[in-house]
Amino acid sequence: MRLRSGLGRGVAGLAALCLLLELVPRVGLVSPRYLPPFSQIVGELADQAGQASFWTALLDTLRGWALGLLIAVVAGTVLGILIGSAAPLRAATGSTIEFLRPIPSVALVPLAVLLFGTDIRSKLLLVVYASFWQVLIQVLYGVQDVDPVARETARSYGLGAWAQVRHVTWPTTLPYLMTGVRLAATVALVLAITAELVIGNPGLGREIAVAQSSGAVAAMYALVLVAGLVGVAVNVLARVVERRVLFWHTSVRGEAPA
Amino acid sequence: MTVAARLARRALVTLGLPLVLVAVWWVASANSESFYLPPLRRILETFADVWLSARLADDVLPSLLRLAVGYLAAVALGVAVGVPVGASRALRDVVEPVLEFFRAIPPTVMVPILILVAGIGDTMKVLVIVFGCIWPVLLNTVEGVRAIDPVLDETARCYGIRGAARLRHLVLRGASPQIVTGMRQSLSIGIILMVISEMFASSNGLGFTIIQFQRGFAIPEMWSGIILLGLVGVLLSLVFRAMEGRVLAWYHSLRRSHRDGGAA
Amino acid sequence: MLDVRGIHKVYEGRGRTVEAIRELTFTIGGGELVCLVGPSGCGKTTLLKCVAGLLAPTAGEVRLQGQVVTAPPPGMAVVFQEYGRSLFPWMTIRGNVELPLKQKRIASGRREELVDQALAAVGLDDVHAAYPWQLSGGMQQRVAIARAIAYEPQVLLMDEPFAAVDAQTRADLEDLLRGVWRRFGVTILFVTHDIDEAVYLGQRVLVLSSSPTVIMEDLAIDLPAERDQLNTRSAPRFAELRAHVYGLVQQAKQGHQAPARIPRV
Repeated sequence: MRLRSGLGRGVAGLAALCLLLELVPRVGLVSPRYLPPFSQIVGELADQAGQASFWTALLDTLRGWALGLLIAVVAGTVLGILIGSAAPLRAATGSTIEFLRPIPSVALVPLAVLLFGTDIRSKLLLVVYASFWQVLIQVLYGVQDVDPVARETARSYGLGAWAQVRHVTWPTTLPYLMTGVRLAATVALVLAITAELVIGNPGLGREIAVAQSSGAVAAMYALVLVAGLVGVAVNVLARVVERRVLFWHTSVRGEAPA
Repeated sequence: MTVAARLARRALVTLGLPLVLVAVWWVASANSESFYLPPLRRILETFADVWLSARLADDVLPSLLRLAVGYLAAVALGVAVGVPVGASRALRDVVEPVLEFFRAIPPTVMVPILILVAGIGDTMKVLVIVFGCIWPVLLNTVEGVRAIDPVLDETARCYGIRGAARLRHLVLRGASPQIVTGMRQSLSIGIILMVISEMFASSNGLGFTIIQFQRGFAIPEMWSGIILLGLVGVLLSLVFRAMEGRVLAWYHSLRRSHRDGGAA
Repeated sequence: MLDVRGIHKVYEGRGRTVEAIRELTFTIGGGELVCLVGPSGCGKTTLLKCVAGLLAPTAGEVRLQGQVVTAPPPGMAVVFQEYGRSLFPWMTIRGNVELPLKQKRIASGRREELVDQALAAVGLDDVHAAYPWQLSGGMQQRVAIARAIAYEPQVLLMDEPFAAVDAQTRADLEDLLRGVWRRFGVTILFVTHDIDEAVYLGQRVLVLSSSPTVIMEDLAIDLPAERDQLNTRSAPRFAELRAHVYGLVQQAKQGHQAPARIPRV
């Protein structure tokens, strides 16, 4: 019952927001030139949904997001496990990672434009660079969290490096990796859309820029709404995947050699 | 091992790989004929010419100032709104889905919207940064306030710690680890928005200058700009880390003691 | 000093009502050390929270020196069971003890005096600059007690404060409490589930029935004023009193509300 009342209140909140967005421009508090009424935005969205170009743009965004995320996760996991498992490697690369990590990926925009133009590779450059660090850092935490007793036990049983990774390192690292994937998924979406916005790769971001420059205000807001919904979907998906994988993981963990 | 030897070893470990990488870059690009990847030597030569000039005051400073104003305003607003929302279950239930939706909107799409409303001047850029940076701070503040230990809350009530004192000693200090987490996320978002708002439409600033170089094919200058932007990112991160170390010193020591087994 | 009249507490849940406390009436005179004992779940903590002004009773009232308690009054201090969670982790020990005094707007010179005195009284002169999580459980609870003492309350309420520490530390803290009580003359209402502790510490023991709670008996403890762990606990009178209380609590667990046929001691 508590969940229901919480849910009910949440829905009420969202409904209130929609109502506000409808009334504020109609009443004239904000000029409808700058903020069209909510119903108009929704109507425009419905129109957009009927056009193939909208769906192509959406798919372009999602393709860039998914591909970039995949590359970042694989690279981050592999490098994270490699570096994390060897103390001297960790020590040697520590300062480099701490230096490269805070470099804003958007600094690479001009380079990406020069090298790849509006080809998907320029988008991928930004997405992969930003998402990679999220995954790497989390995997490094995870590998460091491995119980040294467990590791010693595995080694004393003659488990080779690969077996050690599989039975000792991986189960401990998995929750951290899932956190990293969740963070990376959000960052990847932001960078994908940013690349489209500023470089002009095909996708939602470019459509928004085009709508803005051609004065199609309602269409612009409709696309922003879509971007928000995609963001919410990515969050929800990431959490669902995380829960699923870790559910499996905890039951397997019970059987892994201590 | 003597102190000097230990220091030398630490320096070697910390600076080793970076120096190697820079050296490799230098040597590999030394005789570069490639238009897009000029020799590192040239880039560094142009660095001083380009940035240690009037540009520092005309472009770099305004960018950083806009970031500072926008970021601090976002933090202040985020905490100011987050505290009452976190304290009230009813408010939280109503408002959280709305806040989560706004947070999920990729912040850079606010740039075209705000250009429409506020033009391409300073106001737009500061507003963009505020709009993008407020959500992580707000939502983390809500979470931090919500999770304050009820026993601590009752203790404060018992001893008559109410109002402003309660806010200061219990609520803000108690939620500070979460708030700082939000501030960290907001900082990276702020830097992205600072750069993008200037690349998209502007007449001055760090991002604007770099993209101008790229459009004018002034490649070494462009590279020097990229390096500068990287340095700005690193510097801000260091400043943030220092601030965090001071404000959350108690929290870091507490977690460390728990990790190491804790007091009996 | 403390006047508890007709406390009645009912919890309204989703479709269920639980009568936690039916009727509790008792008085505590100035300077007394009274222990409250009862079976688990009999509402001891609920009662303490009502007395402290943290919880509003459904009916009845609590008076501190004639004034009705509606919110935590400045004349009362509480020591909770969860010592670790009642100390502010971002403040030093000294900061923790001093904070309530700052709230009371006590001048800084007097504040220092009170803090020094309180910390010395609990035997923690040398940890002023430490942080709570650097101390052991027993020491943390002593800080909580020091904080309560420094506050100079008229009444000190203690909610099973020694339940979460080990037996040896508990013995030390019990003696510490009696020492502090006699030195500062503060009135103490001490809630516990440990019968031995209640008899050892108190001048009176109030035995509570199980829910819906009433007072089964108000027992006077006529042990000597000078008590120590070894001799007092092996005294025959101690055993008698203890057995009497134990019998009452057993009856309470079986659902009785008034003492039935237990020989008077």
